[in-house]
Amino acid sequence: MSLPDPSFFLIQSLNGLTYAMFLFLIASGLSLIFGVLRILNFAHGSLYMLGAYFTQQFVSLFIDAPGHFWWAVILASLTVALIGVVIERFFLRHLYTREELYQLLFTYALVLILSDFAKIIWGTGQFSVSRPAILKGAVSILDQYFPKYNIVIILLGPCIAFTFWFIILRTRWGRKIRAAALDREMLGSLGVNVSRLFTVVFFIGAWMAGLGGALVSPVSAIVPGMDVEIIINAFIVVVIGGLGSFWGTFLGSLIVGQVYALGILAFPKLSLAFIYVLMALVLILRPWGLLGRRLQR
Amino acid sequence: MSKENWFLIPFILLILLIPVSGSRFYVFLGTDILIFGLFAVSLNLLLGYTGLVSFGQAAYFGIGAYTCALLMKKASIVFPVAFVASAVFGAIAALIIGFFCVRLTKIYFAMLTLAFSQIVWAIAFKWNSLTGGDNGIIGVSFPQYLDSPTRFYYFTLGVVVCSFYILRKLINSPFGRMLTTIRENPERTEFIGINVRQFQLIAFMISGFFSAIAGALFGIFNHSIFPDFIFWTQSAEVLIMTLLGGMYSFFGPVVGAAVLLYLRMQVTSYTQYWPLILGTILTLLLFFFPGGIVGFLKSRLIFAKGSEDVNR
Amino acid sequence: MLTVEKVKKSFDGFLAINGVSLTVEKGELCSIIGPNGAGKTTLFNLITGHLPVDEGRLIFKGTDITRMPPYRICRLGIGRSFQRTNIFPRLTVFENIQSAVLAHRGESLNFFKAVGPLFWEETNLILEMVGLKEYGNAVSGSLSYGFQKQLELGIALATEPELLLLDEPTAGMSAKETHHTIELIGRIARDKGLTLLFTEHDMEVVFSISERIMVLHQGQVIAEGSPEEIRKNSDVHKVYLGEVR
Repeated sequence: MSLPDPSFFLIQSLNGLTYAMFLFLIASGLSLIFGVLRILNFAHGSLYMLGAYFTQQFVSLFIDAPGHFWWAVILASLTVALIGVVIERFFLRHLYTREELYQLLFTYALVLILSDFAKIIWGTGQFSVSRPAILKGAVSILDQYFPKYNIVIILLGPCIAFTFWFIILRTRWGRKIRAAALDREMLGSLGVNVSRLFTVVFFIGAWMAGLGGALVSPVSAIVPGMDVEIIINAFIVVVIGGLGSFWGTFLGSLIVGQVYALGILAFPKLSLAFIYVLMALVLILRPWGLLGRRLQR
Repeated sequence: MSKENWFLIPFILLILLIPVSGSRFYVFLGTDILIFGLFAVSLNLLLGYTGLVSFGQAAYFGIGAYTCALLMKKASIVFPVAFVASAVFGAIAALIIGFFCVRLTKIYFAMLTLAFSQIVWAIAFKWNSLTGGDNGIIGVSFPQYLDSPTRFYYFTLGVVVCSFYILRKLINSPFGRMLTTIRENPERTEFIGINVRQFQLIAFMISGFFSAIAGALFGIFNHSIFPDFIFWTQSAEVLIMTLLGGMYSFFGPVVGAAVLLYLRMQVTSYTQYWPLILGTILTLLLFFFPGGIVGFLKSRLIFAKGSEDVNR
Repeated sequence: MLTVEKVKKSFDGFLAINGVSLTVEKGELCSIIGPNGAGKTTLFNLITGHLPVDEGRLIFKGTDITRMPPYRICRLGIGRSFQRTNIFPRLTVFENIQSAVLAHRGESLNFFKAVGPLFWEETNLILEMVGLKEYGNAVSGSLSYGFQKQLELGIALATEPELLLLDEPTAGMSAKETHHTIELIGRIARDKGLTLLFTEHDMEVVFSISERIMVLHQGQVIAEGSPEEIRKNSDVHKVYLGEVR
């Protein structure tokens, strides 16, 4: 039995890294929303899916325009962000005072509804989007090929991460967001419009999910079911990294990405369970995740 | 108590007389409702009575189904033994899984139940030699003396009624009362001298036991068993049934199961967009009818009585 | 009866309890006072096991309870009422007390008896003791604040404690309610020979009922003694900035 050569592993690892970046976009939005609104948004994967579908739609609309891919990405992610705002303002807002179970189940209801909406509008077939012209083609690494587009994604991920982190840490809005995560009542009594803040947070989270879906459209097939697949993995990421922890989400994404990419090679039989075992282990041994804040009893 | 009984009488008559109508369809539907009714009530022991949100009940349902069928098919064990064994196995699985889960609270508890449930699913999916993997187990036939839909229906009815009797006794016992205090205020319960985790674990095991019974029945009824039974969407579905019927009443989940199964049957014959309908129903439920169907009916029947506790 | 030995507790670097030592003798009526943030509730939480101790020991009736879980500490004979009312809101008043009695009498793991009529007399006795007999069937969550506090007391008493910890038992009460509650507590404590340790803000309450007072400030005991001694203590005056007259 011959081992695949190391370049194959490298490519797989890079694939894992690419996937990690997409996961990171979704998971950080999820984590942000959970950290501030205390809601685990099941429908985040659906927003991601919509981002992909809208991108596909806008690309075919503007196919003749230069830079149509990027325009589509921007428009699609903003559309999804607006959908997020609608969800938050008209629906989620009324459930804030209810038990967490109700909030969670509502987001699950959204998953069901949005998933069927996508089927109604775009059918059950598979779509894909071509990569933008400048990023077509591949780069040679060792003696394998790796798509240029994926490299851009891998580089883009940390850039977005840093921008995000900078905003949260340095700007006034960022400070308010962090304060709201710690004590929303206190913040409200300090005169901050907390409900508007919540909408902004949801907007940002939804925008990132939409962006993730938009950027993944040339890489992955746009197909029903992609919403559920990504959200489960996003859950695993935030659990491993720590719910509400930003760098934890980044770390978690990297880990999950690599586990998927390399786990398949190393333990093909166990790979399906492995990610859940990892999730269970983290919850058992260190429920607040690798970088989350320690929970008191 | 008397109001709940009164409300049930038409149901009871209906249930007993279904096979007499001679319609295969209704016997089929009736069996389905009984099985999922039991499944939902066993979940509600955790959800409505103990205040534990479990996203992984489907694991025990599936374990019950697989165990019973496998013992009969591969080990040639007679049905009664296989049946009891599958329930016990479900309880043991719940003991192991629950041991880790009850150490966590709320969202972390829910996520861990989900994680474990997915692990069980993955095992069922991949362990081809034992479970048939993705293809599942097919050709599960009715056991020897229950070899017709009608006979199996009455058997299911008997099992479910006994199960309900036991569960009801449990809920009305001091143990059941301790579960409600845990739901109401775990901190306070801890400080009247109750080891809350121990009680939660026992509730978890009982729930797993009865979910496994429901699963074993379903496996035979369906004549086939697939890993799908364990997938988290199954856990979500039974959760919705419970909420739809009303998690603060004993028979609420049964009502929820009946309504959901019937609706699904009807809707899927007209359209493929059942998830959309389900999602909409769920949304309406969460926003306007938090007490579920039974909660809604009760509040209309007893509004004159003032603040009556609907948890008895 | 209770010994707290050099206990320390910090939260994320903030030293909430900084080496507190105190003892409470059997049958004493003691109170702990101190300005907001002094650490009174934290100390209670440490004693009852709701928070883990960083350093130090807690000994109750000769048994080391430092690492014990709350339910075992309760079974040893410590009862507690909480600062924010901690009851079972959707159960009736009767059921609230009855549940505590059930737990205390070891019936909690009974799977078969019907719970309704169990310990009827014992429960009613306690209801009467705390003055809630007429409200037995009321849903406890719908009661007024004052009554909920009485129910709290009832639940704590139902476990037949030897040492009763009361965290601000008259918080949020009117003068009349306060007087009533304190009288009630004093009477019950004497009738049942309870040892009482409570925290309070209302100085009148503290001075009227305590035999011994301990003053907590920034996580340390700065003074200890009889009401007269504390009244004259200049450190205490400084800490309260003239609140104590």
